[in-house]
Amino acid sequence: MQEQDLQLIRNIIVRAKRWDAFFGVLGVFALMVGVLTFAALFVDMAIQGIPRLDGDFFTSFPSRRAGQAGILSAWVGTVLVMMVTAMAAVPLGIAAGVYLEEYAPKNWVTDIIEINITNLAGVPSIVYGLLALGLFVYQFGFGQSILSAGLTLALLILPVVIVATRESIRAIPQIIREGSYACGATTWQTVRDHILPYSSPGILTGVIIGMARAIGETAPIITIGALTFIAFLPPLPGAGEPPAGLFDWLFAPFTVMPIQMFNWTSRPEAAFQVNAAAAGFVLVLMTLAMNGAAIWLRYRLRKNIKW
Amino acid sequence: MNDNMIDASTEQQDLKVKAECRNLNFHYGAFHALKSINLPVYEKKVTALIGPSGCGKSTLLRSFNRMHDLYPGNRYEGEIVMHPDDTNLLAKEVDPIEVRMRISMVFQKPNPFPKSVYENVAYSLRVRGMKSKSELDDRVEHALKGAALWGEVSNRLNDLGANLSGGQQQRLCIARALASDPEILLFDEPTSALDPIATASIEELVTELKDTVTILIVTHNMQQAARISDFTAYMYLGEMIEFGVTDQLFIKPQKKQTEDYITGRFG
Repeated sequence: MQEQDLQLIRNIIVRAKRWDAFFGVLGVFALMVGVLTFAALFVDMAIQGIPRLDGDFFTSFPSRRAGQAGILSAWVGTVLVMMVTAMAAVPLGIAAGVYLEEYAPKNWVTDIIEINITNLAGVPSIVYGLLALGLFVYQFGFGQSILSAGLTLALLILPVVIVATRESIRAIPQIIREGSYACGATTWQTVRDHILPYSSPGILTGVIIGMARAIGETAPIITIGALTFIAFLPPLPGAGEPPAGLFDWLFAPFTVMPIQMFNWTSRPEAAFQVNAAAAGFVLVLMTLAMNGAAIWLRYRLRKNIKW
Repeated sequence: MNDNMIDASTEQQDLKVKAECRNLNFHYGAFHALKSINLPVYEKKVTALIGPSGCGKSTLLRSFNRMHDLYPGNRYEGEIVMHPDDTNLLAKEVDPIEVRMRISMVFQKPNPFPKSVYENVAYSLRVRGMKSKSELDDRVEHALKGAALWGEVSNRLNDLGANLSGGQQQRLCIARALASDPEILLFDEPTSALDPIATASIEELVTELKDTVTILIVTHNMQQAARISDFTAYMYLGEMIEFGVTDQLFIKPQKKQTEDYITGRFG
C-alpha cells in the first residue's frame, strides 16, 4: 500500500473513532443522571431519617405527636398486603404465561389477548384502583380490606408477571422442548419437568420486580379506601378462631407504608417530615432487599441451568 | 419403488421390514415438502437418508416420530406402517405420544436437559411412570453402557449433563433415547456439531447399536453414510430418487442424479 493511501486510512479511523469517544461520554452522562439522582434522594432521606430510626419507630402506632409516632401499622399492613398480592399474582401470572407460550393455539384470538396484556402493563394504577373499588370493595363485598388491596395490587402486577414468565419461557431453546417431547412426554410433563424449572429464575425476577412496584403504590390503595390513620393491628394470619377466623386478617382495615408517608408529608410540622423521611428510608430498604433477594436467587438457580 | 430397489434389497437374507413409508406426502402449510415417498426400513439395519440441504431428509425422519405435530399448519398424507402390528403411525387416531414412546430420536445438536446425567437418561423412563429407584438405576446403567458412556460417567452421575464434552453429551442423548428400549432409533445428523474424534466414536456406536435396534439416520456426509449404513436412500427436492443397498448405491448407482450427487458433481 502506498504511503499516501495508508495516511488516508489512518485519518478515516481517527475521525470515525471520535464518535466512539463521543458516545462513550454521552452514555456515562445518561447513566449518571439516573444513578446520581437516586443516590442524592436516598442520601438526603437517609440523613434526615436515620436519626429517627430506633426500635420504638417500628413498634409504635401513628400519633398526633411526631416524636411518638411510628410505622407499626404501616409496615405490618404492607407485609400482609404483599402476601395477598404474591399469593394471587404469582399462580395466576405464571399459569397465564405458560398457557400463552406452551398451550395457546397461534391464532388471532391469542394475538388479541397478547396485545391486551402488553397494554395492561401501561394502564395507570389509579384506573386499577377504580376498578377494584367497584369490583372487590362493593361488588364482591370485600370492603376496604387487606384482601381488596392485595388483589388490586395483584391485578396491577399481573401483566409484569405474565410478560416475565413468557420471556423466560421463550429463552428456553426449542431443541430442549423437542428433546422432552421426543422422549414421549405430554405437554404438561414438559411444562412441569422442563419449562417451569428452567424458566424459574426469570419468572422469579419478574415476580420480585412486580412486587417492588406494588410495594410503593399509593394511588390505587387510597382509591379503595385504605385508612390514613390507624392505631391498631389487623388480627395476625391464623390468629382467629378456626376455621373461619383464620382468615379474619384478610378483611381487616389497614394502612401501608407509602400512605403513612404521604400522610406525614402533608402535615405542616417539620418533625413529621423527619418521620416521613425515616419511613421512606425503610420503604426503599424493603425494596432494595427484595431486589437483592431476586438477584441472589437468580444467581443461585441459574448456576444449574446450561444449554 | 422401482425394480432396482427391490432387487438390491432382496439380495440379503433374513431381512424383515420394521417400518415402511407408503406413498407419504408431507406439507408445511402450502409447501409440499415430501412427495410420494416409498421407503422400507429394515429391522436391525442402519438406513441412511442422504441428499442436499432442503431435500426433505430431516422432514422425512421427523415424520417417523410425529415431531411435525408439535407445530401448526403441518399435514401428512399416506402412511408409515410399523411392523409387526401394522399400525399406521400417521393415523389420526394414533396418539403421537404413543409413536414417540416406540421410536426414539437423537438430534443434530446434543440437547441434554439441564439436569444431572442420571436424570437425563432416567427421563424417558419417568415419563412412562417408572418410579422404582432400583429399576431406574438398572435401566440407566444399562442405557449408559449401551451408549458406551458408562465408563466415563459412572462416578459423575450427579454432574450436570451440560458439563460433559460435546461427544459425551451426544452419547448421553443416545443413552436417553435407548433407555426406553425403542423399536426404532432416529438420528438427525448426529455428528454435524461434533469434532472428528467424537464423530468417529458416535459412528462406531451406531454400527454396534444395530445389533439391538433398527436405525434410521439422516446425514449430510456421504462418507458417513457409506461407512455406517446398510441401506441408503438418496432424496432430492422432496422426492425419493433412489434406494438400495449402500455398497451398490455408492459403487453402481442406477440413476444419473444419484451418481452426480455421490461423485460430487452436484450438491
